[in-house]
Amino acid sequence: MKKLRNFFRGTYLGLMLVFLYAPILVLMVFSFNGSKSMARWAGFSFKWYEALMHDSTIMNALIVTLSVAVISALAATFIGTFAAIGIYSMKKRPRAIVENISRLPMVNPDLVTGISFMMLFAAMGIKGSYTRMLIAHITFNIPYVIFSVMPKLRQSSNLLYEAAMDLGCTPMMAIRKVVIPDIMPGIVSGFVLAFTLSLDDFVVSWFATDGIQNLSIYIYGIARRGISPKINALCTIMFIVVVALLVFINLKSINEEHAAETQRKKLRATR
Amino acid sequence: MKLKRQVFSYPYIVWMLIFILVPMLLIVLFAFRSDSGLTLDNIASALSNEIYMEVLGRSIWIALKATVICLILGYPIAYILSTMNKRRAAILYVLFIVPMWMNFLLRTYAWQVLLDNNGVLNTLLGLLGLPSQQILYTEGAVMLGTVYNFLPFMVLPIYSVLVKLDRSLVEAAADLGANPITCFIKVVLPQSVPGIISGITMVFIPAITTFAISRLLGGGKFLLYGDLIENQFITLGQSAWPIGSALSFILLVLVLLSMAVMRRAERDSGEEGGMIW
Amino acid sequence: MQQMKKTAFLLIIVMVISLFAGCAQGADTVTLNVLNWGDYIDEELITRFEDETGIKINYTTLANNEEMLVKLQQEDCIYDICFPSDYIIEKLIGMDLLHEINKDNIPNLKNIDPRFLDLDFDPDNKYSVPYMWGTVGILYNTTMVDDPVNSWDILWNEKYAGQILMYNSIRDTIGIALMKLGYSINTRNEADIAAAEQALIAQKPLVQAYLGDEIKDRMIGGGAALAVVYSGDAMWCMDPEDGNPDLAYACPDSGTNLWFDNIIIPKSSKHTAEAEKFIDFLCEPDVAAQNAEYIGYSTPNSAALELMGDDYINNPTYNPDPAYLEKCEIFHDLGDFINVYNDAWMRIISE
Repeated sequence: MKKLRNFFRGTYLGLMLVFLYAPILVLMVFSFNGSKSMARWAGFSFKWYEALMHDSTIMNALIVTLSVAVISALAATFIGTFAAIGIYSMKKRPRAIVENISRLPMVNPDLVTGISFMMLFAAMGIKGSYTRMLIAHITFNIPYVIFSVMPKLRQSSNLLYEAAMDLGCTPMMAIRKVVIPDIMPGIVSGFVLAFTLSLDDFVVSWFATDGIQNLSIYIYGIARRGISPKINALCTIMFIVVVALLVFINLKSINEEHAAETQRKKLRATR
Repeated sequence: MKLKRQVFSYPYIVWMLIFILVPMLLIVLFAFRSDSGLTLDNIASALSNEIYMEVLGRSIWIALKATVICLILGYPIAYILSTMNKRRAAILYVLFIVPMWMNFLLRTYAWQVLLDNNGVLNTLLGLLGLPSQQILYTEGAVMLGTVYNFLPFMVLPIYSVLVKLDRSLVEAAADLGANPITCFIKVVLPQSVPGIISGITMVFIPAITTFAISRLLGGGKFLLYGDLIENQFITLGQSAWPIGSALSFILLVLVLLSMAVMRRAERDSGEEGGMIW
Repeated sequence: MQQMKKTAFLLIIVMVISLFAGCAQGADTVTLNVLNWGDYIDEELITRFEDETGIKINYTTLANNEEMLVKLQQEDCIYDICFPSDYIIEKLIGMDLLHEINKDNIPNLKNIDPRFLDLDFDPDNKYSVPYMWGTVGILYNTTMVDDPVNSWDILWNEKYAGQILMYNSIRDTIGIALMKLGYSINTRNEADIAAAEQALIAQKPLVQAYLGDEIKDRMIGGGAALAVVYSGDAMWCMDPEDGNPDLAYACPDSGTNLWFDNIIIPKSSKHTAEAEKFIDFLCEPDVAAQNAEYIGYSTPNSAALELMGDDYINNPTYNPDPAYLEKCEIFHDLGDFINVYNDAWMRIISE
C-alpha cells in the first residue's frame, strides 16, 4: 500500500518536472543544432558554443544580468529585511498603509512600472544606465523580500527581542544576534525570489534604461531575426552550472551528515 | 523601547516614497489630467469602450482558469514535497525554481517549437498513430503557457505553509478514526488556506497583465489586457498615454479590491495575511 | 553576523564602482550610442569602425518601430544613431526630433542609388540616409500551394484555411487588406478602412495566427502554407543553407508596400560629427556590401550591389525590377488618424 502510494507520488512529481523542463530540454537540444533556425534540425554541431565565446555582446549582457541580479537581490534583501522588522513593530494603521503601498509594484503591470520609471528617471535626471537598472530592480525586488520575511517574523516571538534588550543588547545587536537568525529562512527565500525575478525581468529593464543590455533585452532585440542558437548554448551552460552547484551542495550536506553521524557513533562507542 | 524598531524601516520608507509612490502618482496624474485641469474623461472613455471591457473580462476569465489549474496541479506538488525529508524536499524545491532562471522569452519560444504543427508533440502523436493537432495558436496554448510560467509561484507559498503544519493534529485525527480523505479535508486543507491565498495572489494578478504569452502562443488572436495597455502606451504613442494610464488605474483598483476580499477570507480562516512563501 | 557587515560593505563598494564605471569612459574617447534592430548590422564592422577611428560604439537593439519612437521622444534621449522606418522618420521630422545631416561629412552618399533618395518622407534627405529597403510580399511553401501566387486574394482563399500567417502589426495587415481592395495604404477615408476591417474579419477564420518575427521559423519549419513577409526576411527563409528550399516569394502584380529603413541622428545627440562619420563609413561600398550580405536585406547602395555580384543583382526578391517599384507605395505617417486604424484593428483581433 505504502509502496503504491510512493510510486504515485513519485510519478506525479516526475510528470510535473517533465512539464517544467520540457522547453528547457528543447533549448538545450537546439544549442547543438547545425542550422540557425529552431524550426529545423540540421545535424549535431558545437559551433554555437565556439561562437558564443567570441561574442562580446552576449558576454557583456550576461555580466550585466548576473551583476544586476546579485547586487539588486542583496540590496533588496538588506533593505527589505530591516524594513520588515521595522514595519512589523509599527502600529496597525501606519503598518497597513506601508504594507499596501509596498504591494503596488507586485500588482502593477510590468509595462506600467517600466514606463513610470522612465518618466521618473528623466524627471530626476538620473543618467547612468546601470544605476537606473539597479534602482528599478531593487525597487521591484524589495516587496517580495518584505513579504517573505513578514510571516517568519509573525512566527518568531517578540519576547526574544525584548529579552535580548533586557540582557543589555543595543537594538542593533538584538536584531543581529537574535531576530535575524530566527527569521533566516524567510530572508533566504526572499533573496532567492528577488534573484529569480531580477534574472527574468525584461519589460521594466527595457523601459527604465537606455544604452545597456541585459540578456532579456538582448534576446528581445535579436528575436526579429530569429533567436541565435548561441543563446541556447548560453542557457545550456548556465543550466549545467546550476545543476552542478546543486549536486555539489547536496553531496556536501550528505558528507557533513555522514561525518556527524560517524562522530555521534564514535561518541557513543567511547561512552 | 519597542518604538525604536520602527527606525529600521525608515530607509525603506524613503526609498518607497521616491521609487514606488512617485512613479505611481505620475501614472495616476496621467489618468486624471486634461489640458485644463483634472478630468474623469479618460477613465470614462476607457470604461465605456466595449472592446476594452470585453478584453478585461476575457483576461480575468483566462487568468482565473489558469489560477485554478495552477492550484489543482500545484497543491499536490506542495503537499508531496512537504511530506518528504527536509534535504530531498530542498533539492526538489530548487528544481521547481530553476526553470524560472532561464529567460522567459526563450522558454516561450521553446514552447512554440514543442507545439508547432511539425513540432515535437505532434511528431510524438504521429508515432502513436494519432492525427496531428493544431495546438499552437489556440486558447489552450495560451492557457498552457500561463500555467507553465506561474505554477512555481503557486507551489512555493503552499509548500512553505504545509511544511510548518502540525503533524500531530493529522495523527490525532487518524487515531480518532478519520479516514485519510476526511483527515485531509478537515485538518490539512483548512490550515493551508493562507498559503493557498498567497499562491492565488501571486498567480492571478500577474496572469491578468501578462502580455507576451498571448502574442507568442495565442498567435495574436486572443487580445488580453496586458496587450491592450501595451497597445496604448507603445503603438499609439504619447497621445494615448492618458487612456493607457486610465486602463492601468482601472486594473489597479480591481486588483486592490480583490486583494481586500481575499484578505478578509484569510482573516476568516483565522490567520493574518501577507504571507508569500 | 560579522559576515553581514562584510556583505554590506562589499555591496557598497560594488555600487560605488558601478557608478564610476559609467562615468570613467567619457574622458577623451567619444562613445556613440547606437540603437538598432537586432542582428541588423554585421558586428565585425563595428569593431572595424572603432579600430579605424578610435570612436567607441555602444550598441543596443530593439524589435519594434513604435518602441524606438518612445525612446527617441524621451527628453534625456542618449542615442546618437538610429535606424527607423520611413513613416517613423516622417513623424520624427514633424516632431522636430532629428538632426539635420551635414552632407559634406558624408561623401559616400554618392554611392546611394538616386532612386532611393529624395523620397516623400524625407525630401532631399535632409535628415536621413538610406540603410536598407525592401518590399512586402507573400512567402509560400511550393509543396502546399498549387495556385499561382500573384495577388493578395490568395490570402483569402478558403483552400488554405488554417495555413495562413499574417503580421500582428496594425499598418502592415490593414495595409494588405487596403491594397487587396484597391485603396491606398495611406488612406484617411474611414469608409476604406471599414471595408478593410470587414475583409480582415472575413479572413480571420482562415488565419492560423497573427505573428511578428516568428513567422520565419514557422515557415521554415513548414508549419503554414502562406505568410506575409518582408522581402529581406523572405531571403533569410529561402537561404539554401539555413532556410527551407520549398519556399518561394512573390509580390502581387498590382504592386505592394515599399519600405525603407534609414539612418538618422537624433537632435539631442552631442556627437553629430562622429555620428556622421559612422554613417559615411556604412555607405562605403565594401562596408555596405559586407553588411548587406550578412543581413540579407536589399542595399540601396549601388556601388555595393555591384560588388555583391550577379547572384544578388539578378535575384528578383533581392533586387526587384525598377518598373515594378513604380507601382508600389510607401507608408506615410498618419498622425492622430492612426486611432481609426487602431480601433479597426482592435475589433478585428478581439472579434
